[in-house]
Amino acid sequence: MLLFLEQVLNGLQLGVTLFLMSAGLTLVFGIMNLINLAHGSFYMIGAYVGATVTARSGSFLLGVLAALPAAGLVGMVVEILVLRRLYDREHLDQVLATFGLILFFNELTRILWGRQPLFMDVPDLLSGTVDIIPGAPYPAYRLAVICVGIAVAAFLYVLITRSRIGMQIRAGASNREMAGALGVNIRLLYTLVFGLGALLAGLAGVMAGPILAVEAGMGESILILTFVVIVVGGIGSVRGALVGALLIGMVDTLGRAFLPGVLRLVLPASEADGVGASLAAMSIYIFMAAVLAWRPRGLFPAHG
Amino acid sequence: MVSATRERRILWVTLLLLTTLPGFAQLLGEPYLVSLFSRILIYGLAAASLDLMLGYGGMVSFGHAAFFGIGAYVVAILAFHSAEGSAVPLLGLAGTESALLAWPAAALAAGLAAALIGAVCLRTGGIQFIMITLAFAQMLFYLFVSLSAYGGEDGLSMWDRSRLAGLDLGDDTVFYYVCLTLLVAFLVLARRLVNARFGMVIQGARQNEARMQALGFPIYRYKLVCFALAGTGAGLAGALIANQTEFVSPGLMHWTRSGQILVMVILGGMGTLFGPVLGAAALLLMEEVLSMYTEYWMVYLGPMLILVVLFARRGVYGWLVGGDRD
Repeated sequence: MLLFLEQVLNGLQLGVTLFLMSAGLTLVFGIMNLINLAHGSFYMIGAYVGATVTARSGSFLLGVLAALPAAGLVGMVVEILVLRRLYDREHLDQVLATFGLILFFNELTRILWGRQPLFMDVPDLLSGTVDIIPGAPYPAYRLAVICVGIAVAAFLYVLITRSRIGMQIRAGASNREMAGALGVNIRLLYTLVFGLGALLAGLAGVMAGPILAVEAGMGESILILTFVVIVVGGIGSVRGALVGALLIGMVDTLGRAFLPGVLRLVLPASEADGVGASLAAMSIYIFMAAVLAWRPRGLFPAHG
Repeated sequence: MVSATRERRILWVTLLLLTTLPGFAQLLGEPYLVSLFSRILIYGLAAASLDLMLGYGGMVSFGHAAFFGIGAYVVAILAFHSAEGSAVPLLGLAGTESALLAWPAAALAAGLAAALIGAVCLRTGGIQFIMITLAFAQMLFYLFVSLSAYGGEDGLSMWDRSRLAGLDLGDDTVFYYVCLTLLVAFLVLARRLVNARFGMVIQGARQNEARMQALGFPIYRYKLVCFALAGTGAGLAGALIANQTEFVSPGLMHWTRSGQILVMVILGGMGTLFGPVLGAAALLLMEEVLSMYTEYWMVYLGPMLILVVLFARRGVYGWLVGGDRD
């Protein structure tokens, strides 16, 4: 039971990390109709900048504060230089150009930071554990990640449904020309939304830093999970991204933790472990295929 | 309009160059070129098979490397069981090292996988289609990573290349000509297919699916067949790459490999079948040359790719053939 609770929290933690990634990406998908493979690069940039600043200054908070604008800024520069030209192009062009961006950013981090992975320490304040229920310690840092994710989800909800800029974002998503004609500066709005998405990816990256190794190419493994989230949740819907992220986080974590054990009930132990491990690795893709076969446009399609 | 004579001339000149390449390599004293160009031909075959569904069917698959990898693994696994003298699990048949058995088996297995995966993927379209093909490829990638009996993440080495009666495939030049023959055969068949009724329906569906459906064509089935044929071609290419390197690993089906094959199609010019072969040559040669000068060649390749997408949509082939800009 305790183990189960711990794994649920782990799933939640993966889920909110995925949500931070997919919120920005789904907005870009939904509003600008752009596939951006390079979203994982912002995650990586956030992690690298955060790790470097933390190591130099000794303060994790400073690292986070440096990582956010760095990722957001790189995002906006990339939008202005490259992606802006791709909004009207086919998805295929967008896939290829952003694939090129990935190659560039991965290699650039190798040049700047070398091939060795960087390691970040959990900040002292959060290095202990918290008893969620008496006798069930859980790392405080992971709990903090979950809280930050929930706070960001609430912030995005307010931003999109209650604020003026959120109104403009929704207007731009449903009818670009009309919103433009009514005086919304669509180009600037797109750049800002893109920067916000990149910033959130950077936040996910720097928060993942103490849990995973910071290395070139770290953005891609999470990027593919993010795509799965967005497709499951329904492209363009932040609510879908939240539900999808939590579902995928749970399916992945719980699958890895418990599938081998469940299979041991029906198979010999050695086989069960092997089959269980591969099924667990495939579980989210199977889940996604099932969702799409049932609802080809995802759980919460944004338009129509 | 594209000039037909010019197109034909380019095809013949390329074929002549490719046929005489081993001779040149010998003269230059660079036997390495033969194996480099074998690789180019093999990737050209994979890229041309993707072009069949991408350029003609309009299906943007981001998981084509999965079928490439399946083809490679079928050859390697059959050879592994043949060397071990054991039966292939699930099938209960003995392994084989014969090219005449293993290569068609590889192509068929990849085609079958493509038919199954395509049946689910084709229920979606647009961005979802790109993502779901990617997801299925990743799924297979992880499946092969977890197959510890076949080396898991480390991959599986083959003792030797496949055997083909009367030919020594272990000889790089012989192997090169086998690759060339298979590539040319695939291109000729695919060219006939896209110009036949089947190809017309597929191309019609790319332009206006609703209209083709209204004309009474079962578009889903046509697209599925096209998807499966593309997978079959990739499986054959995979069988060849396994032979060339005598080694297979899950890396063959990694999603960056799918991206690489996609890049070859675009770089060469999609919807031309032959263009992607040129694209494969351009990409692999570019890699080869850049990596001679710098360890960090991808930092140049990435921006080049972006420039090609932004400003050179017609690819190498379109540029060679000339004609009107589109």
